[in-house]
Amino acid sequence: MISPVHMIVAPILIPLVSGAIMLLYDERRRRLKQGIGLASCGLQLVVAIALILRAKDSGDAVSLYLLGDWASPYGIVLVLDRLSAVMLLLGSLLALPSLLYAGARWHRNGQHFGPLFQFLLMGVNGAFLTGDLFNLFVFFEVMLAASYGLLLHGTGRARVGAGLHYIAINLLAAMLFLLGVALIYGVTGTLNMADLATRVANLSAADRPLIHAAAVLLSGAFLIKAAMWPLCFWLPNAYSAAAPPVAAVFSIMTKVGVYTVIRLGMLLFGPAAGASSGFGAEVLVVGGLATIVFGMVGVLASQDLSRMTGNLVLVSSGTLLSVVGLALEYQSAPMLSGGLYYMFASTLAIAALFLLAEPIGRKEGGIAGLLAVTAEAYGLDPEDEVATGDVGPVIPGATTLLGIAFLTCVMVVAGLPPFAGFVGKLAMLAPAVDVAATLPFVWGHWLFVALLILSGLATMIAMVRWGIQSLWANADEPPLPMVEIASVMALVGTLVLLTFAAEPAMRYLDRTAEALTQNSVYIGKVMTTAPTGTGTE
Amino acid sequence: MELVLSVSIGVLVASGVWLTLRPRTFQVIIGLCLLSYGVNLFIFAMGRLVEGAAPIMPKGGFVDPDVYADPVPQALVLTAIVISFATTALFLVVIMASRGLTGTDHVDGSERNP
Repeated sequence: MISPVHMIVAPILIPLVSGAIMLLYDERRRRLKQGIGLASCGLQLVVAIALILRAKDSGDAVSLYLLGDWASPYGIVLVLDRLSAVMLLLGSLLALPSLLYAGARWHRNGQHFGPLFQFLLMGVNGAFLTGDLFNLFVFFEVMLAASYGLLLHGTGRARVGAGLHYIAINLLAAMLFLLGVALIYGVTGTLNMADLATRVANLSAADRPLIHAAAVLLSGAFLIKAAMWPLCFWLPNAYSAAAPPVAAVFSIMTKVGVYTVIRLGMLLFGPAAGASSGFGAEVLVVGGLATIVFGMVGVLASQDLSRMTGNLVLVSSGTLLSVVGLALEYQSAPMLSGGLYYMFASTLAIAALFLLAEPIGRKEGGIAGLLAVTAEAYGLDPEDEVATGDVGPVIPGATTLLGIAFLTCVMVVAGLPPFAGFVGKLAMLAPAVDVAATLPFVWGHWLFVALLILSGLATMIAMVRWGIQSLWANADEPPLPMVEIASVMALVGTLVLLTFAAEPAMRYLDRTAEALTQNSVYIGKVMTTAPTGTGTE
Repeated sequence: MELVLSVSIGVLVASGVWLTLRPRTFQVIIGLCLLSYGVNLFIFAMGRLVEGAAPIMPKGGFVDPDVYADPVPQALVLTAIVISFATTALFLVVIMASRGLTGTDHVDGSERNP
């Protein structure tokens, strides 16, 4: 058993080591590589659960890992609090089914799928854990570099075209990130997030605009990642062009952007930030609401399930961003906890939809004919990109199983009872209405309530239309490998479990949101933890 | 020195932005390179400009930090250079692949007026 002190660094080390080991074997040892990958993802899931249990039980729920045992605000620290623990769990819950699904056939379509997948997870986990801005940049780059390779996995004209745009946009975002980080260092002399939070409150009037400018540059980088309108046009193209398991695991990447917005927004511009308190909240609210509208229209306008799901990612991101904006403006913890719950549920459902798109699309006729027309309109070549060959045992009753999984995911994303999406939406709507009732002339909350309900309706209409065309109006049984449906069902099962565990999950997330709006515990812990000396073991 | 540095950052970033918005992939990659040079100089400048001062302090005893340059931005800029170099190289590969697959160097993979 790893000592509990070192467990915090495990989510970064496990994918790093397993990815590096996989590189030693060539492409002929696919089965072995897949085994290593699955073992690594399983181990990450176990560690994430252990970390979340630790964050749940311990009193203040913030634990620190001093890299190289340097004193806290000067060295680089990894910080585990409730929010990062829950994000780690979400990441590992997504990774395992996606990798399992890739094992059916996708990992054969190109080189180095396994290592890139692990390095992506390493970047994602590192971004969730780090307590240092520049270190965050490095983990972002690790994640992005791996994602470039994964997006191009399987190649083809559509993927290379989408990849070109995706890489160019993310390189620009990286520049914005660097400019913001450098400016923050120039003004405050620190890059440790908690140290920074204590310094923002006491800035001189001349320095304050500079830190605001730095925050704007940084949030430019994060909001491109989180796909806030008008920085989101790359996303539906890139995600629908990616191979299904890649798109599924990419759905955690927009959440990395959202996570950093929550983390830095709440730390730097929370209630303790003096004159900077609530900076940028209006932009998040307006941008988030615009993203919901854009995603909603996009869902209604697209005809292909993976493009629809790409637009659903936008709806989910927009919802989250506007919740964060409202929470930042009014310090309303209940809405934030509802938002986090919705994020957890919708991300899993969106990943499952990405995985479902391809097996359902294998049916002949029906939607396929329609799709050919769409592909022509978008100027894409209908390329045959699926590798043929042995895909393992194929199960009967494929349409029924696919239909059940599809329906569950749609109900979660649209927020219909009885599944987790409904619980999440309710937990956002109830506090929003409460706050709105006390502020008679402020329309942000009412607009949010209206758009949230409308976006659910739009999702329902678009998805039901697609579902009827491809599942009911088409009696063919598509060939469905056991591995593929098992991984989709694992995601659906997690969603059902999340619905049943809604009460403890909400209690945990309530305390998470509470800790985020009252960030003194986080800052205090990071600023006061002393190096352990030689006796770490 | 301040004037020279700020003018060169400005020129690099301005030409980088202009080139990045051009329709040819080669122009985009050169634009991204220029942008990253500008950004790297900017990071370097955030450690304040000092002449003839080493960023490494001698070991032991108290030393006056005023006579040394700030080492942190220099370390940051080194990391940034490595990362932007690597990602630009990767981007170049994708550009070559796109050129091979589509037969054009337009960023959208097809000419606007074929």
